[in-house]
Amino acid sequence: MWDYSDKVKEYFYNPKNSGVLEDASGVGDVGAISCGDALRLMIKVDEPTQVITEAKFQTFGCGSAIASSSALTEIIIGKTIDEAMSLTNQDIADFLGGLPPEKMHCSVMGYEALHAAVANYRGEVWEDDHEEGALLCKCFGIDEGMIERTVRQNGLTSIEEITNFTKAGGGCSTCAEGLEEVLERVNAEMVSEGVLAAETAFDRTRAVQPVRRKKKDLEPVATGKAPLTTLQKIRLIEETIETIRPTLQRDGGDCELVDVDGNRVMVKLTGACVGCQLSGATIEGVQAKLVEAVGVPLLVIPVAMVH
Amino acid sequence: MKPVYLDNNATTRTDPQVVETMLPFFTEQFGNASSMHAFGADVGSALAKSRKQIQALLGSEFDHEIVFTSGGTEADNAAILSALQTQIGRKEIITSAVEHPAVLSLVAHLEKTQNITVHIIGVDAMGRLDMEAYRKALGPKTAIVSIMWANNETGTIFPVEELAQMAHEAGALFHTDAVQAVGKVPMNLAESEIDMLSLSGHKLHGPKGIGALYVRKGVRFRPLVRGGHQERGRRAGTENVPAIIGLGRAAELALEHMQDEQTRVAAMRDRLEEGLLASIPNCFVTGDATSRLPNTCNIAFEYIEGEAILLLMNKEGIAASSGSACTSGSLEPSHVLRAMDIPYTAAHGAIRFSLSRETTDEDVDRVLEVMPSVIAKLREMSPFWREREVREGAFNPTYA
Ligand SMILES: Cc1ncc(COP(=O)(O)O)c(C=O)c1O
Ligand code: FES
Repeated sequence: MWDYSDKVKEYFYNPKNSGVLEDASGVGDVGAISCGDALRLMIKVDEPTQVITEAKFQTFGCGSAIASSSALTEIIIGKTIDEAMSLTNQDIADFLGGLPPEKMHCSVMGYEALHAAVANYRGEVWEDDHEEGALLCKCFGIDEGMIERTVRQNGLTSIEEITNFTKAGGGCSTCAEGLEEVLERVNAEMVSEGVLAAETAFDRTRAVQPVRRKKKDLEPVATGKAPLTTLQKIRLIEETIETIRPTLQRDGGDCELVDVDGNRVMVKLTGACVGCQLSGATIEGVQAKLVEAVGVPLLVIPVAMVH
Repeated sequence: MKPVYLDNNATTRTDPQVVETMLPFFTEQFGNASSMHAFGADVGSALAKSRKQIQALLGSEFDHEIVFTSGGTEADNAAILSALQTQIGRKEIITSAVEHPAVLSLVAHLEKTQNITVHIIGVDAMGRLDMEAYRKALGPKTAIVSIMWANNETGTIFPVEELAQMAHEAGALFHTDAVQAVGKVPMNLAESEIDMLSLSGHKLHGPKGIGALYVRKGVRFRPLVRGGHQERGRRAGTENVPAIIGLGRAAELALEHMQDEQTRVAAMRDRLEEGLLASIPNCFVTGDATSRLPNTCNIAFEYIEGEAILLLMNKEGIAASSGSACTSGSLEPSHVLRAMDIPYTAAHGAIRFSLSRETTDEDVDRVLEVMPSVIAKLREMSPFWREREVREGAFNPTYA
């Protein structure tokens, strides 16, 4: 059973403005019986003021489709066309106290019906840009064509990005497998077209790396590895310092390892770093790098400042 | 007002007598059947009794042909995966388009990942299997055929005995998902060629999360769940003793009520069906009314959507279900009704009423009283209904 808000139930059990609006100034039809929901929105517009004075709907669909349709009519009555057109589907969902993620498409249908009805009123043709290829994400009514376009236009390479850009995969996530397939295919095409670097393309074998959990702050820094021997630790400290040196040298300074005693790391800072007000900051920077690399708490102590 | 529960194909109320039989196995009789002491021995003999009760319901020859599982889904998975291991050199599966997802999602996954070929046999407008397509699909590569005994949405019964014989002529194993049939139709597996059969406790007034796979003596079997030696090595893991005891008792009660199910329950179902068809325009029965479970009827109401119907029914205290997609989170209507080529105009508005031995005449009266206004209210709101001023014969299923 869906977790419908009280407002959704109220608008479903006792819908306002259902039925046919005689002499409507604009009619919008969206959806189709084959999709399981369809909505006809009828509006009456006061020509001089452009205010929507009346709105009625007829809906074939589930409880939230009917509630969304009714909510839409309640929201737009009394608004000017321009005001109404600035509404989003989220406004319909919010009016109803929220919709389950899998039912958000009902609010999208309301949004589209409004645009279709206004286009009809203005004598324009409204194009619905849906239904290209198979419906991939049923929660948000997103088809393969839309995913493919978004991936290409924005150079997306992960499922999280797809969810952020299109919402697909953000509901029940049963479409995750399908999304991965499309992403892998489209990325591969982009690589062969030379518009995407092969290393960044989505690759399911890489994506299945188990996700490591970060340990809590309380514990020493996580390593997940067996404890290092003293020799290994010293080597690691040496190697890490070597990687920091080029940065310091660029600023005219340097850093050398002098000694390691337990968790105390003695270093010699030379050149421009020394005495400069930032040397404290530099030591902290070196310490942070070392702790990260070695994975145990370390104290970096500057020794023998050479002038 | 007393709620009316007509969703027994989804799950049944656990019979209070079943619950009573189960309770001691949570408290005094807590032993592990594998243990070498009195605590274990008592439980062991209780498990043996339960196995015998199921054997009696299925009419099978030996009690050791029953393997307890965690339910119908596990039994289906175990049967199909076992056959692929024992039928060496055979890499094809035959199943029907109207199976439960417990079978259909598994075979789709196998096809995608394991280099298995799957033949999905279609059905006609009444939900009857395309026998010609089945005959053609069978061959020397067929490892297993898995076709349900009765469909959960329409109640349509398949000719499983004939299908099993045909499978054997091709050297294939035959499994049937009988989750909806066990306890509702009499069975005599001792005389049957069926190799494996799945059943589930919660569909026959037993507990949830327990079921069984019947594996005919002599059929080679590879376990799905490996570990200890429980169930003679065919299903590892310490037995869910209370549930197994409950399943046994439920089987015993189902056998006692078989006659009632076949006559009184079927008569109530028929009265419900005839009443709805007479009082509501533009609706029709889906499935094969001549070969159907006694408790099930599925009626498609044109131009309205199933979830909306269920919500209004629920408000009146009546529980049923729809294959409608909206309730399952997808926009496609039921795969069963689509396989039968029921038009979208009707498939979205199909409602399944499934009765049980606990259903009363008053329940049926109440549904007959409430449904016409529920349907009328939604049709008032439907853009498709208004467009059809003439309400005559908008959809005329041509049953071949
Ligand atoms: C035909 C059929 N097969 C399998 C199942 C699954 O059984 P279970 O819920 O015990 O896993 C069901 C019930 O949902 C069913 O109707
Ligand atoms: S189908 Fe549910 S999130 Fe995509």
